Amino acid sequence: MIPLQIAVILLVALGALATVLTRDIVRLALVSGFYALTLVVFFLVLQAPDVALSELVVGAIGFPMVIVVAIVRERGDE
Amino acid sequence: MTRQARLGLFAVSAAGFGTLLLWAVAGLPDFGHYHGVYGTTLNSVAVGERHATNVVAAVVFDYRGFDTLGEEFILFGSVIGVALLLRDVREEPHRPRDEMRSDAVRLVGLGFAGALLVLGLYVIAHGYLTPGGGFQGGVVIASAFALVYLAGAYRSYRRLTPFPAVDLAEGVGAGGYALIGVVSLLLGSAYLHNFGPLGTTGSLASAGSIPFLNVATAIEVSGAFVLIFTEFLEELAVTRVETGA
Repeated sequence: MIPLQIAVILLVALGALATVLTRDIVRLALVSGFYALTLVVFFLVLQAPDVALSELVVGAIGFPMVIVVAIVRERGDE
Repeated sequence: MTRQARLGLFAVSAAGFGTLLLWAVAGLPDFGHYHGVYGTTLNSVAVGERHATNVVAAVVFDYRGFDTLGEEFILFGSVIGVALLLRDVREEPHRPRDEMRSDAVRLVGLGFAGALLVLGLYVIAHGYLTPGGGFQGGVVIASAFALVYLAGAYRSYRRLTPFPAVDLAEGVGAGGYALIGVVSLLLGSAYLHNFGPLGTTGSLASAGSIPFLNVATAIEVSGAFVLIFTEFLEELAVTRVETGA
């Protein structure tokens, strides 16, 4: 394992931990996006650009969008 | 069950699970040491056999094309489920007024939407040559539409994605993939077996029937994701009207 891979794996672990520990759902939308970004870098570093592309779009737009809708559904428009 | 009993049960199962997990992890091949037979074989034969330089695409749309058919219909089924559940309870949709977002958000949003659309088409078109393919490109295209909404133009978004067109794309993509497999049968080979001229390796006209399956997947996936986005956004619109915003 080269240092770059170790660094990125640590980043992914940090991101995952942050995502799990975030209780506020608005912050979760942001934190999960950041976590997705660390995963994208991780896949790229492991030379899986196909997977990185999918993760990029699903993590940056697909998942946050569902969370945002859930927030609005729960709180009404603010 | 008392708290103590629950904790005891947890301790026993956590210990058992932890032991098994450690055992499994210890038995994993070392990092970077790949032991799969198929991967190595495919890496050496795929380009020569199928003239597709992206071996991932060759696996997804050819060697394991039947698995992809299943995945297509998993996506198809779940999207239909979402649409059935949400459309049924929704009254005639209310049309919220477009909120004026700041000029900067609109400019960046709409600017990126066009660029994203082109990127999506590129990723699809070169799916079997470079990293990417129908699934990734389809999601990118759907995101371009989502950006139009995020830029504040709800009406434009709905005009761009009328339900009949989106439903049609979803159905035609999924059905098309299955039908291309039938063409293989008619030509006398196995279901979804690669047919057609293999062309020159590395050019757009190559890889036999992989490009067709690739495009069918792209249509299905972009339709599916746009449909999900639209259903959720319609929910949002109804909620907004209900709460009087």
